[in-house]
Amino acid sequence: MLVPLTLAAIALLIVIDSWPSLSRFGLSYFTTSVWDPVHLVFGAAAYVYGTIVTTLVAVVLATPVALGASIFLTEFAPRRIRGPVAYLIEILAYIPSIVYGLWAIFVMVPVMRDRVEPALQGSLGKVPVIGQLFSGTPVGLDLLSGGVVLAIMILPILTAVSREVLLAVPPTQREAMIGLGATRWEAVSLAVLPYARPGIIGGIVLGVARAFGETMAVTMVVGNSSRDISGSLFVPGYTMASAIANQFVEADSELYFSAIVEVALLLLLVAIVVNTIARLLIRRSVADRPQGAVV
Amino acid sequence: MNTWEKGRAMKRSIFAILMASGVLASACGGAAPQPTGSGSAAAGEPCAVPVTTRCNTEAQNLTGAGATFPGPIYTKWVDEYNRLTGVQINYQAVGSGGGIKAFTDKTADFGASDVALTDAQIAAVSGGLYMVPTVMGAVVPTYNVPNVTANLKFTPEALAGIFLGAITKWNDPKIASENAGVTLPDSAITTVHRSDGSGTTGVFTDYLSKISGEWKTKVGSGTTVNWPNGVGSSGNAGVAGSVKQTPGAIGYVELIYAIQNKLGYGVVKNASGKYVDASLDSTSKAADGFAMPDLGKLSGEQSKLSITNSTNPDAWPISTFTFLLVPKDLSDKGKALAILRFAWWGTHEGQTFTKDLGYAPLPAGVVKTAEDVLRSVTSGGAKVLK
Repeated sequence: MLVPLTLAAIALLIVIDSWPSLSRFGLSYFTTSVWDPVHLVFGAAAYVYGTIVTTLVAVVLATPVALGASIFLTEFAPRRIRGPVAYLIEILAYIPSIVYGLWAIFVMVPVMRDRVEPALQGSLGKVPVIGQLFSGTPVGLDLLSGGVVLAIMILPILTAVSREVLLAVPPTQREAMIGLGATRWEAVSLAVLPYARPGIIGGIVLGVARAFGETMAVTMVVGNSSRDISGSLFVPGYTMASAIANQFVEADSELYFSAIVEVALLLLLVAIVVNTIARLLIRRSVADRPQGAVV
Repeated sequence: MNTWEKGRAMKRSIFAILMASGVLASACGGAAPQPTGSGSAAAGEPCAVPVTTRCNTEAQNLTGAGATFPGPIYTKWVDEYNRLTGVQINYQAVGSGGGIKAFTDKTADFGASDVALTDAQIAAVSGGLYMVPTVMGAVVPTYNVPNVTANLKFTPEALAGIFLGAITKWNDPKIASENAGVTLPDSAITTVHRSDGSGTTGVFTDYLSKISGEWKTKVGSGTTVNWPNGVGSSGNAGVAGSVKQTPGAIGYVELIYAIQNKLGYGVVKNASGKYVDASLDSTSKAADGFAMPDLGKLSGEQSKLSITNSTNPDAWPISTFTFLLVPKDLSDKGKALAILRFAWWGTHEGQTFTKDLGYAPLPAGVVKTAEDVLRSVTSGGAKVLK
């Protein structure tokens, strides 16, 4: 009862505080990307774009790794190492985001700039359509770096949830498959994974939520520049959370302040939309799931 | 209990130990030593200026909030001033914007800002305010050009061109012509700016607006602006770090930050056409001949508080004051007296701490104008300082 009330109170407060900007810019706030505190023109499209792109990069990179790790840990790893390895992965979740940020800026960014990004440009950059993603001068402080650091940060929660979900799959699922003469890998891919799918999607949703709200580490490497939406991952970008963190304190006019608060409103809205989509996915996935043992 | 459950139990106990040690650590910390107030009531007028001792009729506690740039020296002042007078001052370096907000909302007794307030901000302060210059600082361009160790020279046009995105290569003739003998590479320029709102950005963009009409109309000046290109990093440290790491990058940082971290920085041609190295002396020079705008109508006169692009031939062109925001009239006389005495002490005795901490002191002429400002503050219509 208290939770929806709190949420409603927060939403109300944000709407009130962002009203000057809401009424002044209306829809253009969502569709334009000029953010000019000097001339008091605000459009947050580039922030929304940056948030979605970095989160997508993070999920695309982290999901296969997390899934692989959890399958390995539950199905294939020797029993002795299962506990310690899972523990190590989960400990990643306890590292403060500023530490990830510092590591990213001093270790990851130079590697991205000097090796990873030129290599991507030299290979995938030549492929039509996808090549667009890797155009421009690699600077290292860009959307891709933001996404990669987020991928590392959401890895523990993705792995932990997928692992728990895989552990919860009834042993009868596997046994039935193996009894039919399937190999271990066939048992996993045909019986265990389909059964666990809703839970894994749930884990991804938690990861997305974390990536959306993550501020510090992303701010340090994403480039903090909202100039344009170019379609390339090699350009400096800006996320909604970073924009709030960077500009809230010095937002010195009423309109500027309310424009920043409107970013928070937008963040809330986008979070609600993404969460709703995810819930629908989970529901469908649960409905599709094989009932009982596969025989 | 299978292996997995055991691992889980172990995890839980390790977590418990971590928690417990955290609690212990925080219990042992805290309780910072209280600064001891000293200074006995002397003969004569203890509450007059210059400040020599404790004054019993002034407020014993003040809160201030504002700019981070003068934070270190204000902290030093607060400490020294407490020894002298026993007054406890709590200065929070929350940023110029936050300071202006706190001062306007009256949640802080005085504010501090690196940039002059706008008309709208001045109008929002009920009872009015004065801006008192306290110390000076400068902003310098810092860069990372592969294989170049010399201090590069920049004309104002070149600097504006780089940040506008019109000059994109280091070997552009606009840069090369001023740096004969330096081999500049044919590499791309990446500009780095502050991503957080900052007085440093305010000063830098104020300068660019003065020397470039295109900058003024396209971008303008402010603590956060719509940068035409480049990457943003948080704080002086963030900008310096990004410049250091990115070959071909150029950014701007506070002079004290560059000095303390031994960063190389460029030289910018000043309004008299001379290349003067950025230093505390050349920063102070920028305020020589400064005339305080008419105190009665501060509104609309902000540009006169800006000392960028100074006409003094020995001045560093990207220099600035930082201001203390004091109320024009304050009904609480004890509080008004405490604020004024502190500001007086800071702009006089406090100046001796400037150079050690990397700030440029106010020239004598500006100290005089600061005195005039402080003497004009009233409480219930009557002047507070005699």
